Amino acid sequence: MNAFIAIVRRDLLLAARRKSEVFTALFFFMIVVSLFPLGIGPETAMLRRIAPGVLWVAALLAAMLSLNRLFAADHQDGTLEQMSLSPTPLAVLVSGKVLAHWLTSGLPLVLLAPVIGLQFDLSARALGVLMISLLLGTPVLSLIGAIGAALTLGVRGGGVLLSLLVLPLYIPALIFGAGAVEADVAGLGAGGHLSLLGALLALGVFFAPWAATAALRIALE
Amino acid sequence: MLRAHGLACDRGDRRLFSAVDLCVSPGEWLQVEGANGAGKTSLLRMLAGLSPAADGHIEWDGRPMGEARDDYHARLLYLGHAAAIKEDLSALENLQTAAAIAGRPLDEATALAALRRIGLKGREDLPARVLSQGQKRRVALARLLCSQARLWILDEPFVALDVAAVTQLCGILDEHLARGGMLIFTSHQAVQLAGSGATLKLSASTHPRAGAEPREVAA
Repeated sequence: MNAFIAIVRRDLLLAARRKSEVFTALFFFMIVVSLFPLGIGPETAMLRRIAPGVLWVAALLAAMLSLNRLFAADHQDGTLEQMSLSPTPLAVLVSGKVLAHWLTSGLPLVLLAPVIGLQFDLSARALGVLMISLLLGTPVLSLIGAIGAALTLGVRGGGVLLSLLVLPLYIPALIFGAGAVEADVAGLGAGGHLSLLGALLALGVFFAPWAATAALRIALE
Repeated sequence: MLRAHGLACDRGDRRLFSAVDLCVSPGEWLQVEGANGAGKTSLLRMLAGLSPAADGHIEWDGRPMGEARDDYHARLLYLGHAAAIKEDLSALENLQTAAAIAGRPLDEATALAALRRIGLKGREDLPARVLSQGQKRRVALARLLCSQARLWILDEPFVALDVAAVTQLCGILDEHLARGGMLIFTSHQAVQLAGSGATLKLSASTHPRAGAEPREVAA
């Protein structure tokens, strides 16, 4: 457990020392989302209609941005070797890294989304559902992303390959996440979608660290 | 006690070395020598359990490595070529994180004492990015001072160190051996260590891997 906390602490510390990486993803999210109202024009009915999809797609892309650095730096400087030699199981340490990744890339999006969502004339209630869907969904993005990052570790041009590998896997999260907000706007209730998103999260928390660990072991050999 | 029998290593379809036997008992050291590319690092990684052996088996305290793995890793300190130093963290933070990952968290006072002893006094809070190559190496070596591991596997520990630091490191290694520790290391320089020890010479074998097509060697 100590090692888990040490990893989370270290990664947060590293993110705090290199703020530009965190802010790049955040500004990317803000700008991509803001381009749509500017491009489409002030038709509120249309904006309300596309808002959930746009916000969620932008969140997917922003989460992608920081993924290829998830394990690459540790691989290069030998930390990954030390992690695999630790008495603490590597999967636990990988979970720590994923948690730190979510705290620096997913959580800021969750907090920012309601502010950005105002541009789309969403109601307060819909903004609330959007936040909850992102709160459940962005950890799934980090978890699935970790598998992809581990699989493409050490591969030349891994960045593009990573997007090709991971984006299709993000589709369920996108469907249920954006679907929750749409259902709420349509007055159908978002409960079903959010439950499915929660189930995805539970599955991811359980299996993704093991899958990523197996991929990392291959990369380490 | 670490014992290995008949170890072999393949790189592509070339066999780097084969039939390597070694045995390290408490208080003993083993220096692995060989030309560049002879497979010293590969052997050390194999012994640390980072990569699988193409052939042969490794025993820890009389048990095969597959069984003893957890116990082995709890008692092993491996320092590879890459020193696992984060450029953006200070020397102190680097040392404390490395110790926590290795399962032995250090309090600040112990970590500071170790850094001072290794010659980084006054540089404890500088980010590793501004330290010289030798100083970064010292941050990594500070882990040895706080380590309770029984077996140290060190890949080129003397690289980038100045004369004084080499002498100091030899002293640290001697202390470890005197405590009944075991040591396996690679180095291109002759090192005088206390205690009994042996040298293992890896010679690049020219034998192709069994079953692989023999390749023509340009004269």
